[in-house]
Amino acid sequence: MELDPLVLSRLQFAFVVSFHAIFPVFTIGLASYIALLHGLFFKTNNPAWDRLSLFWTKVFAVVFGMGVVSGIVMSFQFGTNWSNFSLASSNFLGPMLSYEVVTAFFLEAAFLGVLLFGRGKVPQGVHLFASIMVAIGTFISAFWILSANSWLHTPAGVELIDFRFHVTSWREAIFNPSFPYRFLHMAVASFLTGGFVVAGVSAWFLLRDRDPEANRRALSMCLWLLLFLAPTQAVIGDFHGLNTLEHQPTKVAAMEGHWETATNVPLLLFAIPDQEAQTNNFAFGIPNLASLILTHSPDGEIPGISEAPPEEQPPVIIVFWAFRVMVGIGLLMIAVAFAGLILRRKGRVYEQPLFLKTLTGMIAMPFVAVLAGWIVTESGRSPWLVYGMMTHEEGLTPSLTGPMALFTLIGYVLVYGVVFYTGVYYLTRVVRNGMLPEEERETASDNFKRPMRPMSAAHTPFDDDVDPVRS
Amino acid sequence: MEMFDLTLIWAFIIGFGIMMYVLMDGFDLGLGILYPFAPDEDARDVMMNSVAPIWDGNETWLVLSGAGLLGAFPLVYSVFLPALYIGVFLMLAGLIFRGIAFELRFKSRRNRHWWNRAFCWGSAIAAFAQGAVVGAYIQGFPVENFAYVGGAFDWLTPFSVLTGLGLMAGYALLGATWLILKSEGHIQDWAYKITPMLLALVLGVFAIISIWTPFVNPMVWERWFGNLQLIWIFPALALLSAFMVYRSVKRRDEGIPFIATIGIYLFTYLGLIVSKWPVIVPPNYTLWDAASAPESQLFLLIGMLFVIPIILAYTSWTYWVFRGKVRVGEGYH
Repeated sequence: MELDPLVLSRLQFAFVVSFHAIFPVFTIGLASYIALLHGLFFKTNNPAWDRLSLFWTKVFAVVFGMGVVSGIVMSFQFGTNWSNFSLASSNFLGPMLSYEVVTAFFLEAAFLGVLLFGRGKVPQGVHLFASIMVAIGTFISAFWILSANSWLHTPAGVELIDFRFHVTSWREAIFNPSFPYRFLHMAVASFLTGGFVVAGVSAWFLLRDRDPEANRRALSMCLWLLLFLAPTQAVIGDFHGLNTLEHQPTKVAAMEGHWETATNVPLLLFAIPDQEAQTNNFAFGIPNLASLILTHSPDGEIPGISEAPPEEQPPVIIVFWAFRVMVGIGLLMIAVAFAGLILRRKGRVYEQPLFLKTLTGMIAMPFVAVLAGWIVTESGRSPWLVYGMMTHEEGLTPSLTGPMALFTLIGYVLVYGVVFYTGVYYLTRVVRNGMLPEEERETASDNFKRPMRPMSAAHTPFDDDVDPVRS
Repeated sequence: MEMFDLTLIWAFIIGFGIMMYVLMDGFDLGLGILYPFAPDEDARDVMMNSVAPIWDGNETWLVLSGAGLLGAFPLVYSVFLPALYIGVFLMLAGLIFRGIAFELRFKSRRNRHWWNRAFCWGSAIAAFAQGAVVGAYIQGFPVENFAYVGGAFDWLTPFSVLTGLGLMAGYALLGATWLILKSEGHIQDWAYKITPMLLALVLGVFAIISIWTPFVNPMVWERWFGNLQLIWIFPALALLSAFMVYRSVKRRDEGIPFIATIGIYLFTYLGLIVSKWPVIVPPNYTLWDAASAPESQLFLLIGMLFVIPIILAYTSWTYWVFRGKVRVGEGYH
């Protein structure tokens, strides 16, 4: 089989960016939560808030560290595998990505150290201020990245001269048409992710009767947040979809699995799209509902996939099913949030074991939903790299060969496998030791107290056997 | 706007960023390269501890320079990275592994020897790859229509292998002199002992590279043996710095060996810049060919002028907070 550098490069980018995205999507939500905990402690002086913020700051430290490590690769990917694209889009994307780096460093330089290591060393108000600045910083970082990404979907404010984009209006380019929707959708997704993780871990602690006072508070807060945000996300998603329908109709058609332009379009619940035959097998759906959702009228007309010639169509089966995974999990989230409300009314929300176990099981769900959502939007843009202006093929590095791309793809899978394994393994140890009184924690083999490093804010040992090098 | 050449300002910023990176990440990569040769596990603790609070700040300059290149000189970014495809991957993998080693070595006992290995190999590979980049830059790249057209291993020549090894030796020297500054007792004795050997190695390799370079690249030949005689001041100053390293080690000075080693690097770097100026993507493209649009350079410049002073202030503050000796069995509090 011929190794196609285009396919391998896309796989590599998808792998690296998916792997990386897991961390910021969590830290953005968590940073705001930590700032809120600091604020509550500042206002009420209740030590339960302090214990919670101490624990979640440890988790934040580890996840933030993994995000930074995995993110370094991203900034080189554009050049190594997509050099034509990098050169062509550098006038816009260069400053955007650089500003993200600048923001991240400013954040780390000025405030992260105070947040992670300032507890008890700086006045409480300063500590609160640092935590708020870190939370704001994560949003500013997301702002640059999502603006750059949205521009690939709905390019604006540029003109293409001799295969180079020149910026004609920074305002139009940065605030391009899909950006506000994508930013809101992603911000709420981050809060949902943070909310479900905190709720799940709190439920896990409550099942073990560990610091019930603090963890009840945490769980209660999260459930209120989720009750409000999970349905809100569905509404934002709907607006985002309408925006996509306006600018990238083919993507929406692929999400819905509709090949021909038609009215009274059903909402397909199940189908196996067949790209070659340009039709669906085993399709099953609810009549008129897709028309109703997308045009807000049951007999509204929706453009089909076949409006685009076959070579300009996205891989429908991927977009179709990834979309269903995302929406399915979204609905599950709403159901869990409402179940929480009902149990709260009955006064059993902190005890009902099945509910607490379900919440623990839900920890992974928002991550799956976020990745599925990104697969929908990125695969749905295919074959366009910059929508309507440059294809993936045109953006690829000309000198790249299949074996080179395969080598680095395997390499990144191995490197990230080690990072992920050690990171998650360590994180589970941090959580297992979390919210315990001092004397019950596993002994710290950390014989050096070294501030200034993100992960050193989490004092949990990595393993606990004797040291063979020394003994 | 006509009064400022933004491209020149950016050349200065990127040049400064790369210099800062080489000097600062240089000594902590160097400690990783020296790791397997350390006399004992106490020495390894001290070595890693002496850079633990600052290493990631040092790597800030790599990412800042990389992002700045995409924004200000995109042609450099879009030619160097494809041409050095495999090397870039190895460098990133190396930096990632040593990054995790920094985080987890001290938290680990049973697996500590694995983190030692990750730290050493990660540092060594990253240093070699960076040195090879310098070699590849001196050699030049086959470029057509603003895109690299060579093969995957064109960069890997005897010359770039030598520059790779040269940079490894240079970083190790920086690491050893840093350790003289930061350690005491038997660890410092060891650092004093290896510094002259590393210095001899560095001088040897640098001499071969210097003689070889004009043959690899005719433009460099013209620059050095043409009528620009002032250029010889850089190798002269580099040699003077090397002599100062040697003399200060003999006298057992603590700070001067490190500063003088920085001198060797600084003057070699300046010598390299004047050899190639203003060609940035050899053999054909100058800084101005490689530049992005002026409005993009300006847009980004505003942010950089704001953040660079902050990073410098933060860096100096961190170095100030963590000044002084690192002792066995004791970290920073």
